Amino acid sequence: MAGPNQVSGAREGAPARLQLSGVTKRFPGVLANDNVSVTVKPGEIHALLGENGAGKSTLVKMIYGILAPDSGQMFWDGEPVRIANPRAARKLGIGMVFQHFSLFEALTVLENIALGLDAKISQRDLEAEIHRVMELYGLKLDPARIVTTLSVGERQRIEIVRALLLNPRLLIMDEPTSVLTPQEVEQLFETLRKLAASGCSILYISHKLHEIVALCDTATILRGGKLVAECDPKQENPRSMAELMIGANLKTIARPAGREFGKERFSARALSLPKHGDFGVALDDIYISVRAGEILGVAGVAGNGQNELMEALSGELISVDADTIHLDGKRIGRFGPTARRAVGLCAVPEERNGHAAVADLTLLLNGALTARRRMGFVNIGLISEGKARIYAEKVIGAFGVKAQGANSTAGSLSGGNLQKFVVGREILQEPAVLIVSQPTWGVDAGAAATIRQSIVDLAGRGCAVIVVSSDLDELLEICDTLVVMNLGRLSRVLKVGEVSIEEIGLLMGGVHGDPSATKEMTEALVAHSI
Amino acid sequence: MLALSPVGAVLMTMIVGAIIFWAIGYDGPRAVEEMFFTPVLAPYKWPDVATKAAPLILIALGLTLGNRAKIWNIGAEGQYLLGAVGGAGVAMLTQDYTGWWIIPLMILVGILAGAFWAGIVAWLRNAFGVNEILSSLMLVYVALQLLNYLVSGPWKDPNGQNFPQTAPFTASQHLPAHAFGLPFPVGLYVAFGLALVFWLVMARSEYGLGVRIVGDAPKAARYAGYSQAHAVWSTLLVSGGMSGLAGVMEAMTQSGQLNLGFPSGYGFTAIIVSFLGRLHPVGIVLAGIVLAISYVGGQVAQTVVHVPSATAGIFQAMMLFFILASDVLVRRRIRIDWGGAAKTAGARS
Repeated sequence: MAGPNQVSGAREGAPARLQLSGVTKRFPGVLANDNVSVTVKPGEIHALLGENGAGKSTLVKMIYGILAPDSGQMFWDGEPVRIANPRAARKLGIGMVFQHFSLFEALTVLENIALGLDAKISQRDLEAEIHRVMELYGLKLDPARIVTTLSVGERQRIEIVRALLLNPRLLIMDEPTSVLTPQEVEQLFETLRKLAASGCSILYISHKLHEIVALCDTATILRGGKLVAECDPKQENPRSMAELMIGANLKTIARPAGREFGKERFSARALSLPKHGDFGVALDDIYISVRAGEILGVAGVAGNGQNELMEALSGELISVDADTIHLDGKRIGRFGPTARRAVGLCAVPEERNGHAAVADLTLLLNGALTARRRMGFVNIGLISEGKARIYAEKVIGAFGVKAQGANSTAGSLSGGNLQKFVVGREILQEPAVLIVSQPTWGVDAGAAATIRQSIVDLAGRGCAVIVVSSDLDELLEICDTLVVMNLGRLSRVLKVGEVSIEEIGLLMGGVHGDPSATKEMTEALVAHSI
Repeated sequence: MLALSPVGAVLMTMIVGAIIFWAIGYDGPRAVEEMFFTPVLAPYKWPDVATKAAPLILIALGLTLGNRAKIWNIGAEGQYLLGAVGGAGVAMLTQDYTGWWIIPLMILVGILAGAFWAGIVAWLRNAFGVNEILSSLMLVYVALQLLNYLVSGPWKDPNGQNFPQTAPFTASQHLPAHAFGLPFPVGLYVAFGLALVFWLVMARSEYGLGVRIVGDAPKAARYAGYSQAHAVWSTLLVSGGMSGLAGVMEAMTQSGQLNLGFPSGYGFTAIIVSFLGRLHPVGIVLAGIVLAISYVGGQVAQTVVHVPSATAGIFQAMMLFFILASDVLVRRRIRIDWGGAAKTAGARS
């Protein structure tokens, strides 16, 4: 296919599509963007890289008119411009696809697109327009379908189509692949390459570095609000870019070779749960077995029952049958979360805010949230503040949590720091079994390495670990074995190192909502393997 | 900011109240003065204030637990009545006895009766998902009917000239209005003591932490092993018990019998006390005294400035309004968007 490099190269003489010059934005107490200059050429796929809190979102919000810069200038096609709000940005030709979709579940694709448009267009014209755009960029979507019935990948396509209908000349994509199967990612990249070849510039925000190597022409790297490097990803590798991002050498996860597993510590047997609510997923005959020292990964596209599985394993949903869950030979299916913790099962749910931690509470009390009984803070019904403080400070120290101290509220911490605290809180309880969901979701590379290393170390001390994640790279990096979750069911157990990405992708559901493509790929795979 | 907003709410109530009463033809500033300052400056009004503050504080302490968990008991008035009914029931049965055990027994049965009334609400919510706001409020009116029925029927005093009232309590069934040598009722000391207990429970206990999380972050509460159903049961039973305690002590101290004049509105006013006190035991003691002052001052203003009898209620409602409004405003910022910003870039494209 046509290389986007050639396209941008061919237009070297044209003025930059978007140029930021010395843009600065200050929030109370933080310099979010400090004198940042970025140039996006016509038809270029430009990566914006940085850790959490590096200032990517602030920069993008200024480009899309959500925030106004304190100083500095923006140029559009070489002319100075001030973008007052998103509507003005869209008028200029700037489109944005957000990480979190804003869709009405009960409406059709067409209705959702119509609702998001600034201009009024008749339904017939809109439908024709949608078909034209989908044809042009190879997007597959049925405008008549109700959003509820769509996969996450398809939902994202709605947002992309919505942005493309405005014939954007700059498309901003915020972490677009975090919810896609590998096959869907490849489809998305094809669309983006076609789009760039037609002259539209793309500003691509992601922390998945190998995707940036595969897709982008230029990368701008931010750290602490400052621009630290601009590079050609084709000349770099994921590791070198990660090191630019964190401004230090990246730690490699240290795992002893030739690890041996002990006997089974944790198992789920014939665990089924009916679905809760309209958007819940039923768990269907789940079997899981984890041995001492083993890290089992649960892969899958988000929303396929992972949350339900977490709740059933952690005890937030209690099973009807004690026999469905075993820990060190004890039958704990009927135990609630506190009783399961007492026998050694600790869990970290996916959502930090409001689930794993309470924003308004201090770290001291957030520590007591799950550690109060296991670590002996409670005496005749009262929580010992002294013991809870010592424990919270121990977690803060051991995991390098950046916080004022045990008295700062969880809400005052950045996402990565709070995640370190939450994971640290469970790990320092020395559980027999740790079940953790999305351990590094939205966490910067440095913090992610700390968290992954601590999980690997915990397994090294004989704990059985289950990691539920939609980040396949993470699972392949730290897990020994892998199961794939799709529509509330688990695949057979796969051994990391022996299984291919394609096979995992197919078990994840292949290309969602596109049975023919899935079938095609399955046949191709089967033909190869036999 | 949040700790100061009750003070602001009371000040705003005084200012706006003075203006409103002035606008409708009364001496507004004088009404406010009689209402809020006379009861404080005149020591002979203090026993009155204490008498009204005691049940307000007791009920509000109980309500606060539920309010923290966002489990809303609006029917404390009904539980308060049931407490008095329970105590009076014991009094009916022990008319012919004397002994130290009668008073504790009456109090215990009063607490249990209040808790039972709130327990119905908890059961309805947990078993059928019935909204506790509606069921607790409706049970107030059931309690009123029950009281009516009892005092006009089975419990009517045979020597009471056919008035709808029970026989007066005997000496063994009375609590002193002047306890420990001071002109304050026993209930006030009990309220102060229980405020300490509630402070300990809310600030330091495992249970208090759970109640707070159930309200703030229900998912985190479940994750931490605190069950919502348990919180519904416990907060409603405790607040029902506290309301029942207030009711039975009121009957044993003030009226000395049960009659149609017993309903007081304390159960509703205590909701204001709980929020004005910032859901904190110390704040509740202070807010309870402020609201008691407004009751006593309302009567003073009625006789001196001739404002209507509903005046105290109007001022109390304004306090609740301003405290809730200030909560909203302290946490948010008002920004007016004139909608003219689109022009800037629109001109370019």
